[in-house]
Amino acid sequence: MSSYISLSYWQLAATSVFVLIDAALSVLFGLRVHRSLLFAAVRMVVQLALIGAVLTTLFSLVSPLWTGLAALVMVLFAGHEAAWRQERRLSGGWSYGLGTGSMMMSSVVVTVFALLTALQPNPWYDPRYAIPLLGMILGNCMTGVGLGLNTLTTSLVSRRPGVEAQLVLGASRQAATAPVTRGALRSALMPVINSMAATGVVSLPGMMTGQILGGVPPAEAVKYQILVMFLIAGGTGLGAVTAVLGGVYRLTDARHRLRLDRLTIPRAA
Amino acid sequence: MLTEALARRADRSDTRTDSPLLSVRDLRTNLLKPASFSLSAGECIAVRGPSGGGKTLLLRAIADLDPNEGLVCLDGRDRSAMSGPKWRRLVGYLPAQPGWWADTVGEHFTDWTTALPVARELGLPDEAKDWPIARLSTGERLRLALIRALMVGPKVLLLDEPTAALDTVSVKAAESLIGARVRAGLAVVWVTHDMEQATRVAVRRLFVSGGQVQEEEVTECPAISR
Repeated sequence: MSSYISLSYWQLAATSVFVLIDAALSVLFGLRVHRSLLFAAVRMVVQLALIGAVLTTLFSLVSPLWTGLAALVMVLFAGHEAAWRQERRLSGGWSYGLGTGSMMMSSVVVTVFALLTALQPNPWYDPRYAIPLLGMILGNCMTGVGLGLNTLTTSLVSRRPGVEAQLVLGASRQAATAPVTRGALRSALMPVINSMAATGVVSLPGMMTGQILGGVPPAEAVKYQILVMFLIAGGTGLGAVTAVLGGVYRLTDARHRLRLDRLTIPRAA
Repeated sequence: MLTEALARRADRSDTRTDSPLLSVRDLRTNLLKPASFSLSAGECIAVRGPSGGGKTLLLRAIADLDPNEGLVCLDGRDRSAMSGPKWRRLVGYLPAQPGWWADTVGEHFTDWTTALPVARELGLPDEAKDWPIARLSTGERLRLALIRALMVGPKVLLLDEPTAALDTVSVKAAESLIGARVRAGLAVVWVTHDMEQATRVAVRRLFVSGGQVQEEEVTECPAISR
């Protein structure tokens, strides 16, 4: 199993020369990104070193409590990230709550399903399987939920006259917002569809290449990748539907009115 | 108890016979100060006032499109007792800039053939059905939206500058069309900037300014209302 080549710190340091080349290019062409580039590189190293230490401890503990806690922290970060990407946010904690809630529900459901059926590690909550799986599903779910909510809010604002024209003629809030809802769900699912279609031809997924570098036979790595893709598709779909329908519910009311006053003013770009 | 109930029933039937079609009492939003007025079937009331004074807000509040408080009744039935969609089918609203949700005119009508006679009356050809929305002029949009609103069969129609972008011929056609509906029992709240139009179409007038709604004293005789 462990037929991988271990990297020394010197080798890593030598490779970082490429980041320095990027920085030099930035100075040379006056791009003014060298500062943020170097900062991002350092940040990545620190974050990964930390997560490496956390995972090492977590894997040695195999505790349901600590695994659950790590999963919760991941979901909360994902929720923050998805909310932050919104141009217009739902007011009063709804933006964060709806994004986080729908991602937690969908990614946990899909991850637990995979752990109990396809993978069946012993114990089922073994963090060596649960945490990476949740991470991959969550990352994609976050993109889907973020895109879905963003499309929903921006197109409700831009297509408000059309939505209200239907309401005025006696349409229900579900009927009046249906085209916008459909568009938001479509844009949430587009990245998953595209990545499934392109996988293996245009891109070799990071997880699969990682496994191959780690010594797993390609045929086995491919099976894992297919499993993960299906889980990602399921998690993203479930999360996006929950978030978008929740958003529609919040941006309309029981009197079938459009309530764009429940959106915050867009942030200056 | 029994006599009390009988008395109440008698009372109710009494108010129903001479109660107005639309009654608005203390209608208010965060921008609109408490407004009260009532409107009988077959009556048209004009609404005037400076831009930004709250004319549109008043119509939107009656149509229940913005959060509002107060008592609004149609035929003695409380608005809050029926759903928003049901209310809006009875009390139609035509915004100054009508919205569209599909690509062609026909898609905005459940049945274009029933709309045809009205469309002809407003000077629109039969093939208007296939016109793309993006190519419509402001005047065409207003006329089509008016037809669309009438097709629902409302008892009250709230019009926000329905003839603002129309040429004189079309204004006349629209006025006579709405006038005929009013004579047939439709109640209309008509927002207009044009003082002459206000006196032409309505007997009574509301003046809205700074969120305050007041009924004006009117003495002249109108042309199209009875």
